[in-house]
Amino acid sequence: MNRLLVITKRLLQAVPTVLGIVIITFLLTRALPGDPAAFFAGPAATAESIAQIRTQLGLDQPLPVQFMTYLGDLVTGNLGQAITTGQPVLQELISRMPASLELTLFALLISLSISIPLGILAATHQDTWIDQLCRFVVTAGVSLPTFFTGLLLVYVFYFLLGWAPPPLGRLDIISISPEHITGFYLIDSLWAQDFETFWSALKQLILPAITLALFTLAPLARMTRAAMLQALGSEYIRTARACGLSNGKILRTYALRNALLPVITTLGMVFSFSLGANVLVEKVFSWPGIGSFAIEALIASDYAAVQGFVLAMALLFVALNLCVDMLYTFVDPRVKLDG
Amino acid sequence: MASTIKPAGNQTFFGHARYVVMSNPVTLIAMSLFLLIIIIAIFGPYMVPYDPLASSAGNALQPPSWQHWFGTDQLGRDVFSRVIVATRLDLIISVSAVAMSFVVGASIGGIAGYQGGWLDSVVGRFLDTIMAFPLFVLAMGIVAASGNTVQNVVIATAIINLPFYARVARSEVVVRRQAGWVQAAQLAGNGPMRILFGRVLPNALPPMMVQISLNMGWAILNAAGLSFIGLGVRPPTAEWGIMVAEGAGYIISGEWWLVLFPGAALMIAVFTFNLLGDGLRDMVDPQRRT
Amino acid sequence: MKKSTILPLLAVKNLTVQFKTRLGEVTAVDDISLSLKLGETMGVVGESGSGKSVTSYAILGILDKAGFVSGGTATYSGIELLPTREATMRDIRGREISMIFQNPRAALNPIRTVGDQISDVLLEHAQCTRDTARAKTIQALKNVKIRDPEQRVDAYPFELSGGMCQRVVIAMALACKPKILIADEPTTGLDVTTQRAVMDLIVELTRSNGMATILITHDLGLAGQYCDEITVMEKGKIVESGSSKQIFTAPTHAYTKKLVRATPHGALNARDLLPEDLAAKALPLDADVDRLIKGRRHGPLLELESLKKSFKGQKSFLEFVRRQPAKAFEAVKGIDLKIWPSESVGLVGESGCGKSTTSAMIMRLLDPTSGVIRFKGQDISLVSREAFVRSPTRASLQMVFQDPSESLNPRFTAAQSIADPLIRLMGMRDSVAMTERLHELAQMVGLPESLLERLPHQLSGGQKARVGIARAIASEPDLLVLDEPTAALDVSVQAIVLNLLIDLRIKTGMAYLFVSHDLEVVRLLCDRVIVMRAGEIVEQGATADVLSNPSHPYTRELLAAAPKPPTFLSDDALSGEVMYE
Repeated sequence: MNRLLVITKRLLQAVPTVLGIVIITFLLTRALPGDPAAFFAGPAATAESIAQIRTQLGLDQPLPVQFMTYLGDLVTGNLGQAITTGQPVLQELISRMPASLELTLFALLISLSISIPLGILAATHQDTWIDQLCRFVVTAGVSLPTFFTGLLLVYVFYFLLGWAPPPLGRLDIISISPEHITGFYLIDSLWAQDFETFWSALKQLILPAITLALFTLAPLARMTRAAMLQALGSEYIRTARACGLSNGKILRTYALRNALLPVITTLGMVFSFSLGANVLVEKVFSWPGIGSFAIEALIASDYAAVQGFVLAMALLFVALNLCVDMLYTFVDPRVKLDG
Repeated sequence: MASTIKPAGNQTFFGHARYVVMSNPVTLIAMSLFLLIIIIAIFGPYMVPYDPLASSAGNALQPPSWQHWFGTDQLGRDVFSRVIVATRLDLIISVSAVAMSFVVGASIGGIAGYQGGWLDSVVGRFLDTIMAFPLFVLAMGIVAASGNTVQNVVIATAIINLPFYARVARSEVVVRRQAGWVQAAQLAGNGPMRILFGRVLPNALPPMMVQISLNMGWAILNAAGLSFIGLGVRPPTAEWGIMVAEGAGYIISGEWWLVLFPGAALMIAVFTFNLLGDGLRDMVDPQRRT
Repeated sequence: MKKSTILPLLAVKNLTVQFKTRLGEVTAVDDISLSLKLGETMGVVGESGSGKSVTSYAILGILDKAGFVSGGTATYSGIELLPTREATMRDIRGREISMIFQNPRAALNPIRTVGDQISDVLLEHAQCTRDTARAKTIQALKNVKIRDPEQRVDAYPFELSGGMCQRVVIAMALACKPKILIADEPTTGLDVTTQRAVMDLIVELTRSNGMATILITHDLGLAGQYCDEITVMEKGKIVESGSSKQIFTAPTHAYTKKLVRATPHGALNARDLLPEDLAAKALPLDADVDRLIKGRRHGPLLELESLKKSFKGQKSFLEFVRRQPAKAFEAVKGIDLKIWPSESVGLVGESGCGKSTTSAMIMRLLDPTSGVIRFKGQDISLVSREAFVRSPTRASLQMVFQDPSESLNPRFTAAQSIADPLIRLMGMRDSVAMTERLHELAQMVGLPESLLERLPHQLSGGQKARVGIARAIASEPDLLVLDEPTAALDVSVQAIVLNLLIDLRIKTGMAYLFVSHDLEVVRLLCDRVIVMRAGEIVEQGATADVLSNPSHPYTRELLAAAPKPPTFLSDDALSGEVMYE
């Protein structure tokens, strides 16, 4: 019952955040210098079509009225039309979201499975060459521009070694996308027991996922190491040792579990970087997600599409943060009702 | 302060700085690279062998050679010259963004942490709203909305970095606010702003130094990322991000030098600032002085 | 008490422990030997840096990475402890020799239930199976007298009080019924009444289990009350050891004598705390007596009337949903007190009683919720906290803080810290006058002038305390509030600082409000004492009266809880001012 109340409170706390996001995205498009109508009409518009757009979108109304209209639009799912494709923005976003999500989550999986063991290794061998090597790798990882890493990986693994397929999207030329259940090709193809498509999708996914994972590796490994070191140096570890508990027990049950708490908290920040880097990776690998959609929209000055993209990303981020929060409340018993 | 009161103990600031740099080889390397980057940024454009904007169609896509150390790009421009000249632009963008960000962020965070109450809540809300967006995405949105210029890239980078400084400043101030020496300063007749800006924030400099250095690296990556997707810098300007973007299409067909050199320059610059962070903290923290 | 006359249970011979530091190898423990017999309670007493804790860490093999044993042996029941395989040590730790530490809440894993932590120890040493673990854990909790053990076994450390946490730690240590318990400062940081309860528990369990105990402490008085044998350590060496009665009544080594004298219990006046040579040179206390009479000729310096302070609580979620107001926490519930010029008043109470809040309000670092604070006839509670900084009265009300390490700006030299009020409150700009005043103040507090240019981390605890005092008196205040100024200091340094405060009082005629939890110190320094509990004053009066004949039961409880070492005074029925059971 207590947990339920905490979860409800967290959900309610997210409401002002969402409101803030909505206000900011609104202000971004309406309250900045320049004529918003011209933005929305596009670069190729004439004076007449601009005026038409202005009345159509209600841009001649006072700001509070515009905001109400904007809210109404959002609630009904009207995010405008995308100039580049002619389709409603919402539809474009929904159809492209699974691609981005699959990439982000798969990359996170790879990242966690490398960074956490790495961090633990560095912490348990503090100040030895292993530790220095881990710290070096981590610092280098943080310094690499994502787009650069992606391009280098393509050059090495596709052009030079021929191991990876050409970076042309989610599937190779011969495969057809599996029947849509979740939108995640890996899951959908397994569900349909189509192993060839699964393999093809996996091959295409590996390189962009590794690129993204390399970027998020650093903060996670660093935090794991720092958290492990702090846990291992705590007084309760000293008590555990003085009571004769074995090294394995101390490491696993007393140090690691406590160290994972700050790591979970770091996930929030990692998602922020990750969703941003996602955009760059999608460009390099021609990945048909919402990131590449946004880039095309930027080049075409497709205003409604960019606004929709920013809104969608922000809401996704809020949702991911809520998940991390929930996870944390389940793991840390100290989380109080009003904490 | 009256002139009879001498600062610090046995070592002066520079003596200590020298000790830190000498005892840790990594910091030494980082400092040297940092100086190298500064020198290139200032003097580079006067010393490059070719005009970075001069195109020469016949000479396009030449691999690295003795005439062109880094090869030539698709328009026949010398990649080496362009990489050197780009140093200045990239540094200016990141330094201005971080400076703006630090001054505003640390002040807001410091005041919020010191005064507490409703001011703290309002500032907290404001920061939370910024951080509710994936930061790179927010930068994209700001540049898209306010116009595709370099100034706006700087402003957008400054805005998205603000919360980091504000948060660090706030937490450091909150920790120190209850310390005996802060209360003693109040008892000695110092007003709150004097204590905050004159004593507490300087005392909180070590962790903020690390943050500044790491952020500089992050700001450079951000600016380059934005120009990679076409925001901010326009061709034919030489900037690392845009050079990688222009070279992206060619690396798949094997012309690797268009991407590698600007990308490596980016990486080295960011790496230097990250390493510098630790060294800076040692230098500024008075506890380490003997 | 059963004493085995055969072999010692624990025998340490010529133990030397060193640490690798940046500046070379430092010797923490130098050639010490001790032996512990079954049924014996030994106290290892020393000030900071004496090596007392390092000795036991070395015996148990839990030294820091940088530490190593460079010589000597330790044997437990014939088993060699140094050097030995880690696996052997792990068997011994917890099952044969156990150790408990300071700061009980930090000693427990915050995200693991108390029961699980005890069960871990039981299971590790094969004292039970998974099925019987819970029952045995509950029994272990019963043994340490925790109420409702069946519920508490599933509690997390943050749900328990400090005293309860320490009991849980003791339960963990004694779960496997070891033969030796090493207690490293087990009561530091706990309230005096909790301290007594914990020590009584340890002694009782030692007796009923037939164990031996080593009590490591800086508090000679505590060791005197609870230990049979005492070993005194200084700078890594053992200077003296013997029965506790002998140590107190007839110490032989100069350091032991200094420590015994500095232990406040039983001293007649503050000068008795000093080593004999310094006591002889000190200012006579007769000059001190007149000030009370002179002080009463004027009106009160400080008056508090119905002073209250409540802190707004945070609304819990349920309160938010049900639209209830947030529960406020009343730290100070309406107190009245008066302090006359040149008077020294002690404010005594345990943690959470509101004494620190009261002193913060008097200092105007905190705004009261209601009530009057009158200083020299003027109501200073009317001036807000922020405005008071600029008030001319600021200079006459100053404070000495508790933790000297935390009360000095780490970036300021001692001179800069002391000069701060001179510049801000006295408007001193002339550098010549400033230097003169700085030297004068340094001399008054006994701080060598060469130390004025040092940063806090280059000064010792006692030196930092002097800087804090110099800073506080720089503006020549009429009232000095001292918030536990000696709590963080070694007992010999405390003796010097207390005497310094008396000297300053003689020279300047300042009034003191001495906030403390230590009744002994208050007895030596203060004319009147005020006892606080849960935000209210429960008793006040002349020190001699209150401490010899307390009327309120809480005061009696506080007095009873203070440690009483075996001194010659307890044998002497004609001890004069103070009488104990």
